[in-house]
Amino acid sequence: MEIPRHWRLKQQRYSLVGEICPHCQVKIFPPRDVCPNCGGEANTPYTFSGRGEVYSYTTIYEAPAGFEDKAPYTVALVKLDEGPLVTAQLTDLGDTPVEIGMPVEMVTRRLRQDGDERGMLIYGYKFRPAMN
Amino acid sequence: MTDVVIAGIGQTRVGEFWDISLRSLAVRAILAAIKDSGGLRPQALYAGNMLAANLSRQAHLGTLLADFSGLVGIEAETLEAAGASGAAALRQGYLAVASGLVDVALVVGVEKYTDVIGPEIEAALATTTDSDFEAIHGLTPTSQAALLMRRYQHEFDLPPNGLAEFVLTAHANGAGNPNAMYRKPLSREAYQKAEMVSEPLTLFDIAPNADGAAALILTRPNLLPKDFAHPLVRIAASASVSDTLGLHNRPEPLWFAAAQASVEQALKKAGLSREQIDLFEYYDAYSIYAALSLEAAGFAARGQGWKLAAEGAIGLQGKIPCATMGGLKARGNPGGATGVYQAVEATLQLRGQAGPNQIPKARCALIQALGGPAATAVTHVLTVAS
Repeated sequence: MEIPRHWRLKQQRYSLVGEICPHCQVKIFPPRDVCPNCGGEANTPYTFSGRGEVYSYTTIYEAPAGFEDKAPYTVALVKLDEGPLVTAQLTDLGDTPVEIGMPVEMVTRRLRQDGDERGMLIYGYKFRPAMN
Repeated sequence: MTDVVIAGIGQTRVGEFWDISLRSLAVRAILAAIKDSGGLRPQALYAGNMLAANLSRQAHLGTLLADFSGLVGIEAETLEAAGASGAAALRQGYLAVASGLVDVALVVGVEKYTDVIGPEIEAALATTTDSDFEAIHGLTPTSQAALLMRRYQHEFDLPPNGLAEFVLTAHANGAGNPNAMYRKPLSREAYQKAEMVSEPLTLFDIAPNADGAAALILTRPNLLPKDFAHPLVRIAASASVSDTLGLHNRPEPLWFAAAQASVEQALKKAGLSREQIDLFEYYDAYSIYAALSLEAAGFAARGQGWKLAAEGAIGLQGKIPCATMGGLKARGNPGGATGVYQAVEATLQLRGQAGPNQIPKARCALIQALGGPAATAVTHVLTVAS
């Protein structure tokens, strides 16, 4: 059981809360308190819109422990409209073929289960094809 | 800076050794290296290892290995930098000897995958990514390489099977290395028919995770025994550079900036140009990493690394021979030991002991190990001591 490790990331997992640098205005995800662009202190929260496009993607057939029941699944690097790339699974794809450049939007889904059938369900962001 | 030389080398075969433990593998390589050095006794041991705490439930490895190789009492520590762990241990040994604080250093890289099978291995490897923001999404190092390969196809004119030559060259060279996991050439047809693992990455684009251990004895030239048996190989430069751990935090994921910077620093320290490099042991954990490494090292322009291979430049007779003893792909990829294997193999080349794979008149070798997608890049230059 790793409850605190996931609980403390709820802002990021459920709402894509990163940071904006007060010095150079770069938007940062995941939050890190030191701006990777200018090196200044950056701890002003910033909530991303959750919209972006697929930068690259692949399908995983041989999943690591904890994800076997999800395989095969598609992971992507998503370029958020505000700039940063984020790693996440693609979901709700149906018959939609994935392409680089495809517009996507954030949704909240189950990421994995912590431990056995009584274990904690860990939720977080995934991205689906944009609805409009 | 004081000269540091490689006085002894040792390695086990790379493969799946169900009957040999983590410590036994390491001890075999250590004893072989000490013997090869003419019996030098190390004062410090630096162990490179990536996953023992995870896969063998064994942390505190440095001390364990000193203990079981009859070296109780010496300094002993473990270095971890994912796939660059062995190279980081080599750098630590180099720094210790170059500083004058240690006269004889033992560097050992060891990895033991087969204590565990299946999804647990993938999960252990995923701990080398950003656990909170990559691994939690089911990402693994292999799927990360697939993301890069897909993007590379998108940005550059990579033809279908355009990375084949990296794999075929590695297997051709592995055939001449008695310690390689795969000692058979691979046909182009077999490569093209390989099973898909994580599109567009196939089984043959991925170096096999395997067990193995390799070791080095480092010292200063004046401390060598008078009847030292081998041509002398010197560590001409050592450089280690980090990048963002998360691939998603790079402005240009297809540019291995740390790999570039570490090569640049190493060549500068060694006072060498790329044209003087006789062989390059790159980190071909995935065929796409071989292409990106050639580009980062400055042997090819961006997006052109695959062409260098396709034109035959990386073969034993080529302009810049790579993976000369099979590379990670055919020798096998024993994780934290890989960086030490690269140094052992380059030393064989520079001593003229590389058998059928010998590069004629090899004098300068560039070796580079990567942690993750070049989140860590450790580069060394080895030369024949004049």
